[in-house]
This record gives sequence, structure tokens and C-alpha cells, in this order.
Amino acid sequence: MAETLRVENLTVRVGSLEIIHGISFSLRAHERTGLIGESGSGKTLTALALMGLLPEGLHAEGRVAYQQRNLLELEEQDLCRLRGDRLAMVFQEPMTALNPVMKIGQQVAEPLRIHRGMRAREAHSAALDILHRVHLPDPEEKMQAYPHQLSGGQRQRAMIAMATACSPEVLIADEPTTALDVTVQAQILRLLVELVEDGGSSLLLITHDLPVVANVCQRVLVLYGGYVVEEGDIDVIFGQPAHPYTRALLDAIPPLDEEVPDRKLKAIAGSVPNLGEFPPGCPFRNRCPRADEACSVMPALSGDAHRVACWHPLA
Amino acid sequence: MKRRLPPTLVVGGVLVGLVLVVALLSIVWTPTDPTHVEVAARLRGPGASGSLLGTDQLGRDELSRIMAGARNTLLVGVVTVVIAIGVGVPLGGIAALHRGPVEDVTMRLSDVLLAFPAILLAIMFAAVFNPSTVTAMAAIGIALVPVFARVVRGAGLQIMQQDYVTVTRTYGGGGVWIFVRHLLPNVGSVLIVQATVAFAIAILAEAALSYLGLGTPPPTPSWGRMLSESQTFLDQAPLLALWPGVCIALAVLGFNLLGDGLRELLDPRLIERVPTQG
Repeated sequence: MAETLRVENLTVRVGSLEIIHGISFSLRAHERTGLIGESGSGKTLTALALMGLLPEGLHAEGRVAYQQRNLLELEEQDLCRLRGDRLAMVFQEPMTALNPVMKIGQQVAEPLRIHRGMRAREAHSAALDILHRVHLPDPEEKMQAYPHQLSGGQRQRAMIAMATACSPEVLIADEPTTALDVTVQAQILRLLVELVEDGGSSLLLITHDLPVVANVCQRVLVLYGGYVVEEGDIDVIFGQPAHPYTRALLDAIPPLDEEVPDRKLKAIAGSVPNLGEFPPGCPFRNRCPRADEACSVMPALSGDAHRVACWHPLA
Repeated sequence: MKRRLPPTLVVGGVLVGLVLVVALLSIVWTPTDPTHVEVAARLRGPGASGSLLGTDQLGRDELSRIMAGARNTLLVGVVTVVIAIGVGVPLGGIAALHRGPVEDVTMRLSDVLLAFPAILLAIMFAAVFNPSTVTAMAAIGIALVPVFARVVRGAGLQIMQQDYVTVTRTYGGGGVWIFVRHLLPNVGSVLIVQATVAFAIAILAEAALSYLGLGTPPPTPSWGRMLSESQTFLDQAPLLALWPGVCIALAVLGFNLLGDGLRELLDPRLIERVPTQG
């Protein structure tokens, strides 16, 4: 499968503090990759760094290669030309991600007007087609509606319509279903899969919801403390996880078919440390049952198809 | 369910409407030519020989001059507010979009302008060029620029933090796009309110400048100049000072009330939430 985006040694710093520690991965056409981890593991920052949209004060180093160009070194003007056209992003919160004083139709038409140079009327009819494609009910009527007149699921469909308006090669979805209820979640995920299949793009799905990844993705990256600690095919990661952190995450999913002993859910001991308070070496060692002295040095991600960064991998 | 209009809006609207109607009417009709001098009929009281509000020191019909003065007042208000918005809004927008040194420079510039009295600016303009309505409008307009720059920057900074601005950036919207399509529509209501208040300030400033002889030159009727000219004849015809004074007061009151009323009407905290559908 053709590579669409290759990330090499991506490092994000705020001042002298390193938040993302030289992570590397690549996205391929038609492939759906999941990026999982707890809050504070650096998932969203990774996505923003790929888009060149890091908040003020944060700096990205390394290489994000798209068509032999390093996105991290591009001028803002050139980035603007790629964003929304070749790279697009869907956000978590559809409630605030739409301009409250602008009609849905106008907003969905915006990427087309920016990238395709369409006139208002032309973009309007193209936006209608796109809203049909994301299965928004009554698209003609919804075009004239303001964001507050739509439900959460409908708004997220509109957001996805905007992100996919120009058929991007890389679609990043940052927790696209977290703010939605479960039945709507399934529909939105199905829509994302459908669009990626049809358009031949790559999907990077960022979530902390493991069942979502299991349903949607073919490959998974597990992020902890700004490191990719494990990477592999979905069956391998969920079937035989090698990193103790991945194992612990999977164990935390409550089983539906067996009785939970003492009616207590399994949790990972401790909590994610604050930024700058991760232990030196492997960031998971203070919560890891298998940690010893070796863990004071961060192991490299090793392996071929199934890569893991641990001195004491399981199995 | 429709909300009741705030009473300040109604009263302000009526007063402003009255000034507007009189100004428009004066273009096509005034009782007599407001610049027609008839020395024999000078300083007549109200009602005398067909002039409803009397005549001034040169025998010109006071009512006609008041009506023509309304036109001058509105012209000054509109032009100054247009200058102030035209310069202030882009300036505030640039500050909100770029932050950093650009913001510092524009905002300190507006601080300097804010500390500079409009009257002084007008005297400077009048000294360099000839005092005219144009120099007065330019001086007042420039003096009002920082007011708009600050309002737009303040509201803009808040809007730049919104998710939908980030989303706009994810699909390739640059600074100008964000400013025109997202920032301006969102600060629109604040701008409308600010514009009516600026209008009132401009009317008052023009009257003051004309009173000092730095504004509209004779013979064009201007309320401020009429007030200043009536001063000499205060003991013979005290009502001559009353008419332009009342007009200035009512026009300023009208625009201020209108501004307050609009603020109340457009305040998002007072607008009922429309229920979200399914």
C-alpha cells in the first residue's frame, strides 16, 4: 500500500520541556490507523503537530513527510494550501466547532471556496452533494439551518462533510465520537470508514475508546507519555499485546460475559503523571508491575510488523 | 414568542428618526432659504412674520437653519463613524489575528491616539488646512479610531480562541479569511452598538468644533455655530440659543438611547435559547 504520510522522529517541545519524544510512524492509503492512549499521553498534540496547528509556545521538530516535502518546514501560506485540501481534521466537540452565526451550507462550502476557488452559488450546490454523501437528513433544509438547530450527530456529520469536502488524502479524526451518544457513535464511525474506503485516503483515528479502535482500525499505535510504546495490527495488539501498558489498558475494559469479582472494575495503578513529572527512562515504569532497573533507560521501538518498546515484553 | 422592544430603543429610535426625517426633508424643502439674509427682519421672536422660530441676527429664518443644520450634523456623524470603523476595525482585527509585536504596535498607537484630545487634533488640522467640515470630520474620525480598534481586538481575541476558528484553519482558512468570514460577523452586534454611541460623540464634537470656529464655516448652517453666534445677542433674543441647544441635546440623547437599546436587544445573554432539535 502506498504511503501517504510519513512521520519521522517527531518531537514536540514547550520551552525546554519535551512532550512528544521523537515518534515515528507512517500512514498508508486505504488504511485506518488508530492512535490510542490515556488523556495526557500526547494524542491531540501529535495530530496538531501533523497539521502545523500547534498552539503558540509549542515547537515541533523532526520530519512529517508528505510528497517529499517536510510539512514542519513549510511556510504558513503553503500549509494553508494543503490543509483542508490534502490533509483534513475532524474535531471532538461538534458543539463549538461550528461558527454559531453562519449557516451550515455556507460553512460546508468554505473549504471548496478556499481550495477550489468556487463562487458562492457553485460551492453551495457542491456542499449540498457533500451533505448527501455524509447522509445528513433533509440536506436542502439543513443547508439553511444554523448550528444550534442541529443535533450533535448532525453537527458532526456537517463537520465531517467540511473535512472531506476536497477528498483529502489524509484524514485525522480526533476523538470524533466522544461527545456523541453510543447509537450515533456507531453511525458516525461507519460514515468515516465508508468515506475513507471510497476516497482511498488514510485515516488516523485518535481515541481513548478501545472498542472504537477495534471496530474501525486495521493498525494501532499505543501512545504513552509522548512515546509510541507499541505498534501493530489490530488482531495482534488486541490478541497478544506485548507492552504491559497495552495489556493494562485492555484489562481495564469490563468484561460483559463474566461476573466482575467483588464488583470492582480493574484500573491501572496510579494515574498519568503531570507533564514534566514522568519518570526518566520508560514513562510507564512507576505504574508497571514488571519494571526494574533496566527501565531507567527508554528502550527503542523494535520488531517488524509488531513493534514494542519494552525491556520486559509480555509473551 | 417575540420579545418586547426595550423602551430606550423605542425612544432613541424615535428621536434619531426625527433628526433623519428633518434632515432628509431639508434637502427638498425648508420654509425659506436658510442662507437668505434679510437684515430688516433681524432678531424677530417666534411666530413673527411667518417664521415659526423667529429670525437670527441677519434675519435668516431660524427653523430653516435648524433643518439644514440637521443635515450637516448627520453628514458629520456618518462620515466620522465610517472613518473610525474603516480604520479602527481592520487595525483591531490585525491585532487580534497576529498577536505579538504587531499587536503591541497597533495597540500602543491607539493608546497614543486615545490620549490625544480630538479638539487639539482639529486645531492642528485647521491650522494646516483651512478649517472646514472636512477637517472637523477627519479629526473626529481619527480620534474615534482607537475606540473601534479596541472593541474589535477585545472581541476578536475571544473569538480567536473558539474551536471554529481552529477548524477554519484545519481546512486552510488564512488570516484574511478568518477575519472577514468569522470575526466580523461575530463582532457585528458590538460594532452596531459602538457605532451609535460614536455617532453621538461625533455630533457633540462637531458642535463643539463649530462653536470654536474650527468646524463648518459660514454660511452653511451648523448647530454648533448657531449656538456660538447667538451668544452675542443673548439678552435681545435668548431663544436663539435655545433652539440649536435643544436640537444638539435631543440628537445626542437619541443616539445614546438607541445605542443602549440596541445593546439590550442584541445582548446574547438576554436572547432566549432556541431549543435544539432531535
